[in-house]
Parts: sequence; C-alpha cells; structure tokens
Amino acid sequence: MRNVWIICRKELRSYFVSPVAYILLIMFGLIFGFFFWNALGAFVFESIQSQMSGRSFPMNLNEWIIRPLLSNVSVIGLFFIPMITMRLFAEEKRTGTIELLVTSPVRDIEIILGKWLASVALYACLLVFTALNFAFLFRYGNPDWKPLLVGYLGLLLQAGALLAIGTFISTLTKNQIIAGAVTFGVCLLLWVLEWVSGYETAAWARVLAYMSVITHFESFGKGVLDSKDAVFYVTVIFLGLFFTARSMESLRWRS
Amino acid sequence: MINVKDLTKRYARTTAVDHISFEVAQGQIVGFLGPNGAGKTTTMRMLTCFLPPSSGTATVAGFDVLEQPLQVKKRIGYLPETPPIYPEMSTSEYLRFVGKLKGLSGAELDRRVDYVCGRCAVAEVKTKLLGKLSKGYRQRVGLAQAIIHNPDVLILDEPTAGLDPKQINETRDLIKDLAGDHTIVLSTHILPEVEQTCQQVIIINRGKLVATDSVRNLQARARGAESVLIEVAGRTDVLDPLMVQRKLEQVPGIARVVAKQELDSRLVFELETSKGPFVRGDVARAVVESGWDLNELRPTAMSLEEIFLQLTGEDVSKPEETPVEVHA
Repeated sequence: MRNVWIICRKELRSYFVSPVAYILLIMFGLIFGFFFWNALGAFVFESIQSQMSGRSFPMNLNEWIIRPLLSNVSVIGLFFIPMITMRLFAEEKRTGTIELLVTSPVRDIEIILGKWLASVALYACLLVFTALNFAFLFRYGNPDWKPLLVGYLGLLLQAGALLAIGTFISTLTKNQIIAGAVTFGVCLLLWVLEWVSGYETAAWARVLAYMSVITHFESFGKGVLDSKDAVFYVTVIFLGLFFTARSMESLRWRS
Repeated sequence: MINVKDLTKRYARTTAVDHISFEVAQGQIVGFLGPNGAGKTTTMRMLTCFLPPSSGTATVAGFDVLEQPLQVKKRIGYLPETPPIYPEMSTSEYLRFVGKLKGLSGAELDRRVDYVCGRCAVAEVKTKLLGKLSKGYRQRVGLAQAIIHNPDVLILDEPTAGLDPKQINETRDLIKDLAGDHTIVLSTHILPEVEQTCQQVIIINRGKLVATDSVRNLQARARGAESVLIEVAGRTDVLDPLMVQRKLEQVPGIARVVAKQELDSRLVFELETSKGPFVRGDVARAVVESGWDLNELRPTAMSLEEIFLQLTGEDVSKPEETPVEVHA
C-alpha cells in the first residue's frame, strides 16, 4: 500500500508541475461554468414564465439544474479522460524510466494502482469546479444534497472505469498522441453505443446498449444508487486494471 | 554473489543470449565486454528482473530472478544505458522518490540522499531540475540513484557512453571507488575501459560467451609468453642491424627476434621470450657487453583489443569512434 501511495504522489506531482493539470482544470472550469450559467439562465427564465402564467408549484433545483448538469459533466469527462491517461505509461516507456519502476522492489499492480488512483484524483479535482458552482445553489436556494452526492459517486465510478481503460491503452504504445487518440476513440464509442437501442431491440442491440457507459449513469444522475450500475462500473475498472497488468507483463516477455 | 547458468533469451526470430554461464564473486568489478548487439543489455536486464529468461537460471545474492524477483530487486542497483530520470523533478526530489521506491524512509532516507549526493558529486545540483542538467551530471545522478539503497550488486549498462573524456575518467574513478562496498557488473564496448577498471572480464559475442577470466590471465593466455621491446644504439658508429639481431638471438631464452624500426643509429627490436624474468637481464648484459647503448627495454603486454580480436575473430565495431569530418 505504501508503494501505491509513493507512485500516486509522484504521478500527481508530475501532473501539477507541468501545465497539464492547470490547462485541464481551466478548460473544464470554463466549459462547466458556461453550462452552469446557461442552465441557471434557463431556470430563471422558466420560473418567471411559470409565475406569470399563474402556476404555483415551485420549480425543483435538483430536477432543473443539478440533474442535467451532472449528465453534461459525464459527457464532458469523456473528452478530458484521454488527456489525463495518455502519458501514464507511454511517457515512461519512451524515456526509459519504466525500467527504473520495474526493477525496483515494487509489484506491477502497485505501480498500476498508483497511476490509476492519481488519474482518478486529478479527475476529482475537476469535479471540485462543479462543486464550486453548485455551492451557489445551496447559498441562494434549497436543493436536496443527497442526489447530488450520489451523482458525484456515479461520476467518479464512470470516470474510474474510463480511466482504467485509458491506463490500459497507455501501456500499449510509447507514443502519447497515439494513446490519447485511441482512448478518445474508445471513450466516444462507449458513449454512442446506446444509440442502437433507439431502433433495435434484438439481443445484440441490448448487449451493445448495456456496454455503453452513459446508460449506466442515468440512475446515478437521478440520485438513485442502483447496485446494477455500480457493479457495471466496478467490473469495468477491474477489467481495465487487469488488462493493464497483463499488458505490463507481456511488455517484458516481448520487448 | 551472482551465479548465471545456461541463461538464454530467445525472441521471435533471434536468440539474443545463448546459454551463458558465469559467476561473479563478492566485491569484484566485472567487465561485460562485447560489440554492440552482442547481448550485454539483454543479459543485464535478465539479472535485474526486467526481462525473464527463456531458459536457464540466474541467482543474485542467492535469490533466483524468476522465483524471488522482489528479493533480487532489493539487492540490486541498476543504471540502464540512458539514466532513467524524470526531467520535471529536481535531483533531491528524484533521489528521495527512488529511495522510497527501494524501501527507505524517514531519517534513513535523508541520510542516504545526502550520502549519495556527496559520493557521486551531485550535491551542487541538488535543487536543479534534472531536465536542465548536462549529460555528465545526469549520468552521475543515475549512479547515485543506483546506490541509494546500498545494494549488494550494482549493474551498470555502459556507464560512460556519451560522456566527454574528463567525465569518463571521473565516472571510472567513481566506479572503482564504489567497488569496495558493492559487487559491480558493468558493460562496455570500449576495451581500455575494462583494462582500467575491471578485475575480471566476460567477453560475449553474438549472444555467446567467448571468454571469462581475470584481465591479467586473459592477457597472458592470449600471448602465452612475454615479449620485450628494446631499443639499441651505437655509441660512435652506425650499427649493422643484422649483426645486432644475430647477437640477440644468441641470448638464451629468446625464441624470436623481430626488427621493428631503424632510425639513424637506433634500432628497435621485439623479442619473444619463452623463459622467465632473467631474460631481460641477459638481454641487457648482452647489449652492453657488445659495446652498444641500451636506450629502452620494456615488456609489452597484449592489449585487450588484440585479445578481443583474437577471441572473436572479427573486427570490433566502434561506430562512435569514427572520426567526424569537419567542414571549414
């Protein structure tokens, strides 16, 4: 466990001494800020409209702002995840520092877990920006915090799964750009897979739709903790890290 | 300390290392010598548990590289061909990171970082970023990294490659200096380096072991007997080379006399001897008693370069030593 922490700290350090972390944070902050501002504007417009038309039921902040924004974050995340994971192993392979890690008295799985946890931690930093925005809702309104918490858990699980896949892809090449591009492609595919369920109900279409990472987020977004979806994400995390371990091992047999 | 038996590494199409066996005793410096692509790096990577062997066994400090890799890794310090540094870290940050990876912590870690910085002369760049250091400093930081956990065995892959002559000498001195505490295996394709730093040499070529012996034994074995170079000069008259040669051939214990050079009144001969140390005295007496001057008399040992050529039967490729044309 100590070794996992050593590797994780080193990875986080290298995110934050290079511009990578700051650029990701700034871009994410800008994009999410715009989404939030938009959602808030729409909410205010709608509530004025409904008051003018004499409807008296109060509009729900969770329903109108938090839920759609969390879904948006889960999609924006797809674009940021390749940028987080692409260097994890590719960079070490290119510069030869992987030789230092592998010949040190640490287990492969400790290296992998350390790197993956660092990537999850950086993603969590991105989520802090969304929390800053949501804080205003709590200051001026009265939304329910429990669904928001479940939503964050879902975001972390979903990102954890995609980050595990990205970590695996990063072990396959020495080239960061290739690792990033392939991860992006895979993330995008996993997002749009559910489209087939719109026109097809055969077994294969249901399987494809099931594999889509977005469909499993829906329940979390609503604030419902569905163990089925949690199990899906945990399984993908486990598989991703398992394949990473296998890939690291084969790296030695091949190289 | 290191025990290698029938170690083999096969890739899809080639065999990089082919049934190599050798032993290294504690506290020795062993030179791993071979042309580029001979399998030096592959062998070292197998010793450091970076690559698993296809067949055969290797043990380091009594632990098998396949069975107990963690135990082996704890006892090995490894400097790959390019120092494995993170350019965004400072020297002390990097050494602390590696120290922690190798299991050090607390006061022990601080102490070792200070110690290796002093030992490898990198104390003055402790706060600098590794990416900004010169090649020589990076190499020394690489060495510092390798000894940070005071390992029993040090494995250095071409530790002097790419350094300038002054840095090469400093690195060699440092390695010799470290030999007291560690068993060192270093690879190189530069022959004088082995002569200067190592006690034992392992020569491999195309994945096969060619010779393994002490440097001195190898030199003796390759030649069989000693040879002596002498320079003779006449005091007043010009010497007749044939006469001198005949005189030298009559000295007991001289097997062959070869005239090497003729400069005015000075003549240079190479004598091959078959007898012990008295030959040189006999030769000196014979020259002086004939009324000639003996300007020089020295035994010549065969250089490793010649031994290497003799053993491998091919040209030594040294691509980086080809002269570079400079356009004015």
